[in-house]
Amino acid sequence: MLEIRAATYRYAGVARPALRDVDLALSDGEIVGVVGANESGKSTLCLVASGLAPASIGGSLGGGSLVVDGRTMTERPLHELAGVVAIGFQDAASQLSGVAATVFEEVALGPMNLGLPLVETVERTREALAALRIGDLAERRPTQLSGGQAQLVVLASLLAMRPRHLVLDEPTAQLDPDGSRLVGQALARLAAEGTSLLVAEHRTDLLDRICTRIVVLDEGRVVATGPASDVLADPRLHGWGVEPPARVRLASEIAAAGLWSPPIDAALVEALG
Amino acid sequence: MTRLALERVSFTYPSGVRALADVDLVVEPGERLAIVGQNGSGKTTLVRHLNGLLRPTGGRVLHDGVDIAEERVARLAATVGLVFQDPGRQIFAGRVRAEVAFGPRNLGRRRRQLDEAVDGALAAVGLADAADANPYDLGYSRRKLLALAGVLAMGTPVVVLDEPTTGQDARGVARIAGIVASLHAQRRTVVASSHDMRFVAETFTRVVVMRAGRIVLDGTPEAVFAEENGAVLASTFLAPPAAGLVGARLGLGSTPTERALLEALGARDAGDD
Repeated sequence: MLEIRAATYRYAGVARPALRDVDLALSDGEIVGVVGANESGKSTLCLVASGLAPASIGGSLGGGSLVVDGRTMTERPLHELAGVVAIGFQDAASQLSGVAATVFEEVALGPMNLGLPLVETVERTREALAALRIGDLAERRPTQLSGGQAQLVVLASLLAMRPRHLVLDEPTAQLDPDGSRLVGQALARLAAEGTSLLVAEHRTDLLDRICTRIVVLDEGRVVATGPASDVLADPRLHGWGVEPPARVRLASEIAAAGLWSPPIDAALVEALG
Repeated sequence: MTRLALERVSFTYPSGVRALADVDLVVEPGERLAIVGQNGSGKTTLVRHLNGLLRPTGGRVLHDGVDIAEERVARLAATVGLVFQDPGRQIFAGRVRAEVAFGPRNLGRRRRQLDEAVDGALAAVGLADAADANPYDLGYSRRKLLALAGVLAMGTPVVVLDEPTTGQDARGVARIAGIVASLHAQRRTVVASSHDMRFVAETFTRVVVMRAGRIVLDGTPEAVFAEENGAVLASTFLAPPAAGLVGARLGLGSTPTERALLEALGARDAGDD
């Protein structure tokens, strides 16, 4: 269980809170999606959930706390946090280690640092590369990847660590549609093995497929939360700057044009489900 | 007005990775062209040839029929403005206003002409209120808009956008679509790479599909996203936008845009009456 309790987070030197009074609990095996307009607090929530804010980047939680598996982690040193909560940043290329000569080594760094035996490290690395269909990049230099490939390599590193809790800030921003789909499947498998996941995304189609719950942020506050199917069909989404999934958007446009019929509804589900 | 042409262009990175293979492409003045394809298919490599940032290892790049091999990038920048996928590669000034002024100043704009170019570009991307901010105090999505403003301010006849919608929320995507439309109204050429098939179909009139460094499809969104191309699209892990998938399911032909889908549904209903 990963819990954020009564968090009002301010960046150092900024009076206006980036998060206001946020409470959020993720059960093991649960995938919670975070949506909201740009600058609504999604990235800040990711930093707080991973413990990097305030422990690494400063600022203050305003009396709130981060509790991981029953332990208060707010004031704990970073190396303790890193063992329980993993994070994937929005800017994937910045997360590459810069020390690995090949993609294979880059992905293997995580499990190696966890102290896993070599055989298991290699096995996990192969598995993570295969899951995201980037096995053919194994011998490439990490510095010679396209933006999307770098994002997949960073995600593979995180998958290979099999963290108990994983926070991802726009994991599919640079991916082609099929890459997004593979990432979705890999995250669902990770959750099935008990990992709790917090995923901030603009792509609500992906969240629609994998999330149990959705949290909507607006100006740092949680303005809606609930089962994914309910929140993603909420007519207020657009006003919060969030694009509903294609399934929801097309259904409402077709209805608004007076063209709705049961076969069309069935076609939406079959074509986009 | 500039006509861009790639003649049998190949490009192999020093690492030995072959990113483009015998690409032939002509972009007429005023065209709105989107380039799509799997991560690593060569989109970024291709667009970086348009302004001479990368030089072909085989074949030629022509501007208005003239080979640009001997032209310096600084001179080509007056013709083709390129917005990078990663804004961190583009931004260096300490103030937003200075960042946007850099390009037009280098092109010789001064005083009122310079101010007008900068103000116009900041207004177009919605950053007029942030003119005095430090670029690195802006979030990722606004930094991307800032990089775009820097290129818009140069007033080049050709604007090239590498993954412009990455990390943008619904309003940001709508804003960029509006900018493409307004560039088109000024008869400027727009070339963009993108993974967002809805943005591509709704905003561009020609779509080029790349696979492993080659162009495999080239046509209008209606033609490229038509059902008979399903297998070719799937071979580079792409699928038509949601509206197209639903139209195909309902037997309405190729409806890649939401308007096309609604019109086809409306026409069918009228036919039934």
